[in-house]
Amino acid sequence: MNENQVKTCPIIANHIKIALVGQPNVGKSMLINSVSNAHLHVGNFSGVTVDKTEVLFDYKDYHFTVVDLPGTYAFSDYTIEERVTHEYLCAESYDIIINVIDSTNLAKNLQLTSELMSMNKNVVIALNMSDEAEKEGLDIDASYMSELLGIPCVQVSAVTKDGIEDLLDAVVQVREDDKQISKLVFSEPVEEEIAQIVWYLDKHKYGAKNSYRNVAINLLKNNKRTYQRIHDNPIWTELQPILVEASKHIELHHDSDDIKEAFAEEYASFNRGIVAEVVKQKKQEEKKTLTEKIDSILIHPVLGIPIFLFFMWGLFQLTFEIGSIPMDWIDAFFGWFGDTVGATISNDEVRSLVVDGIIAGVGAVVLFVPNIIILFIGIALLESTGYMSRVAFLLDGFFHKFGLHGQSFIPLVTGFGCSIPAYMSARILKNDRDRLLTLFIIGFMSCGAKLPVYVLFIGAFFSPEMAGNVLFAVYIGGAMLGLVAAKVLKLTAFKGEDEPFVMEMPKYRLPSAKLIWHTVASKTMMYLKKAGTFIATAAMLVWFLSNYPHNHILEEKYEVKIESAISEDEKIVLSNKLQEVLLEQSYLGTIGKFTEPAFEPLGFDWKMSVALQTGLAAKEVVVSTLGVLYAVGGDVDEEDNSLVTAISKNIPFASAVAFIVFVMIYLPCLAASVVFTREAGGIKYFFYLFAFTSITAYTLSFIAYNLALFLS
Amino acid sequence: MKILSTSKRGEKLKVVRLNANGDLKQRLLSFGIMKEALIEILEHAPGKSTIEVKVGKMRIALRDKEAELIEVEQI
Repeated sequence: MNENQVKTCPIIANHIKIALVGQPNVGKSMLINSVSNAHLHVGNFSGVTVDKTEVLFDYKDYHFTVVDLPGTYAFSDYTIEERVTHEYLCAESYDIIINVIDSTNLAKNLQLTSELMSMNKNVVIALNMSDEAEKEGLDIDASYMSELLGIPCVQVSAVTKDGIEDLLDAVVQVREDDKQISKLVFSEPVEEEIAQIVWYLDKHKYGAKNSYRNVAINLLKNNKRTYQRIHDNPIWTELQPILVEASKHIELHHDSDDIKEAFAEEYASFNRGIVAEVVKQKKQEEKKTLTEKIDSILIHPVLGIPIFLFFMWGLFQLTFEIGSIPMDWIDAFFGWFGDTVGATISNDEVRSLVVDGIIAGVGAVVLFVPNIIILFIGIALLESTGYMSRVAFLLDGFFHKFGLHGQSFIPLVTGFGCSIPAYMSARILKNDRDRLLTLFIIGFMSCGAKLPVYVLFIGAFFSPEMAGNVLFAVYIGGAMLGLVAAKVLKLTAFKGEDEPFVMEMPKYRLPSAKLIWHTVASKTMMYLKKAGTFIATAAMLVWFLSNYPHNHILEEKYEVKIESAISEDEKIVLSNKLQEVLLEQSYLGTIGKFTEPAFEPLGFDWKMSVALQTGLAAKEVVVSTLGVLYAVGGDVDEEDNSLVTAISKNIPFASAVAFIVFVMIYLPCLAASVVFTREAGGIKYFFYLFAFTSITAYTLSFIAYNLALFLS
Repeated sequence: MKILSTSKRGEKLKVVRLNANGDLKQRLLSFGIMKEALIEILEHAPGKSTIEVKVGKMRIALRDKEAELIEVEQI
């Protein structure tokens, strides 16, 4: 990041650092994406796993740095994101706040603005979605609003890119002007108390950066930071009784014993006043908005859930149908690439390592990139259209029966993509027990890395027409198991109070292609990076373990046999046999043979046992291990030597079913386990997870094996 | 006293009091659910355990347990 700053910001004097703040779903990310020539930088806020996007760009004579802070409804620190935003605004150094507001819902958005106004910072308001407001017949007088609030208000639209330059001009202007004076006005009783405290502070010449009025407001609001600062000052002893009296007076006026409630009401009435002054509703509001019309179908009490299931089914169909098209090309490419690279290496050992180890292993993983891209696009669409909240609403009742929270749905669905972001997104659940429970269940939602294993086995045992349905059944089956497991855990390990369910249902929006592309591209890159580093290393290790130690006596014995064989067919059979016995006596073969008895009741041969164990590193490695193990030995003929064929020929159907069930449930990959341990808050949870998933996987796999044997 | 959780779909109500505490109360307030606020019941989820309400222009989903804590009156 420092390098970037050095590159784009050589002159510090003309640097404007902006904190971008707004409530959720106001189009903040889209707004900074619509600034041209912007340089995006994605990182984390220190100490927490909340995404921090910084945008660097030049405009006129200034270098801009915009920090996109997580969406926040108010400074109530309800979620980790809200806490991050609040902390940043109070403690970090920046020049100006841009407060992004949804023009179609001013009253609600101004609640946050009111809190920003007592922060001693210059603010610019971006009235976003002005195009939508216009369509709804809302006419906002931005210049009058600027005057009333004492804050420049600029109408912008991230979609049409209107007003972006005006917004930047306003920022430059504010930077050159003096400090803004807040025009926030409260009801008479509150104003009286503020005046008294201001008078007192002034009398004692209290040294503060913020204005006395803001200090007074913050003291009345029980702002912790302001208290900490004034607490060590000698005036505190005299000020305290004044504050106690003032609070009592205000609470009495608001008929409440909660000063925060009183201030929320104060802000709301101030904002109602502003909205009444500046907003004109030109045409009669339609009886039903578009969102309400869509909602009447999508969250219909009867149709809602079937529609949702249909969408999910469609997504998995697409993943399979469209995803399989480029797979042949990728397969062919890696075959060609392996041959080409292999031809340049003269040393047999090294060539085998590179071609059969690294290229074959990584190729087996890259093969599934198209499937993964489709799945990620699907999840990004669910999220950005606003449909995800509807599903949470629809499923909360159902989820609650299993001891889960409607919002657990969000990490759980993310889990279909990758467990790592899923574990992180479980932070939206505030209650520790609910969060832990969700963390334990996420593994049941088969992640993108398990997809290759399923695609491979389903492709080997089912017709192409059935494949999509079977895949859907595997995913839904995993999810159902997860719910049952949740219920069991809720009744045993995680007893206790439930977390409240209060959630905004945002307006439906057409997703921005740019944003979707950004999310999908960065996730896919993460997957490829993993393939290039972690999985390449694992593939090398598997290659080594499956090729060593050499057994020269065995090799010579077979070579003599092959020499003396009469027909070509016999030679091929013998050389395959040689490779098979060599593999069996390799390190990997030894490990597999050693653990085979443990997996025998599940119908796994030693190759499958090994694949499961290497899969603990990463689920993609299951496929690449099978690739290495089955590429040699067995009846592989020249015309059709794909892994799918090898598997359908070598593995009985019942064992394959048991294998899928085992992969569905057992411990997530190493990286995910590390994140799980961190999110759950201790290594002991990792051992619980290990025991829980292993026992469940083994038991259910055993049942599935015997059931499949019985049925077939 | 009438509470939100027992109100019917399509009813238009006014909030009289919040009986919630701590974080939950803060959340409701930041969503604009406060005394004097107008609230309309839009939809019940399957099983009626969750309701969707409209406060101002914002749509909010609540579980019946939380809706129980909101006292309302007919307008």
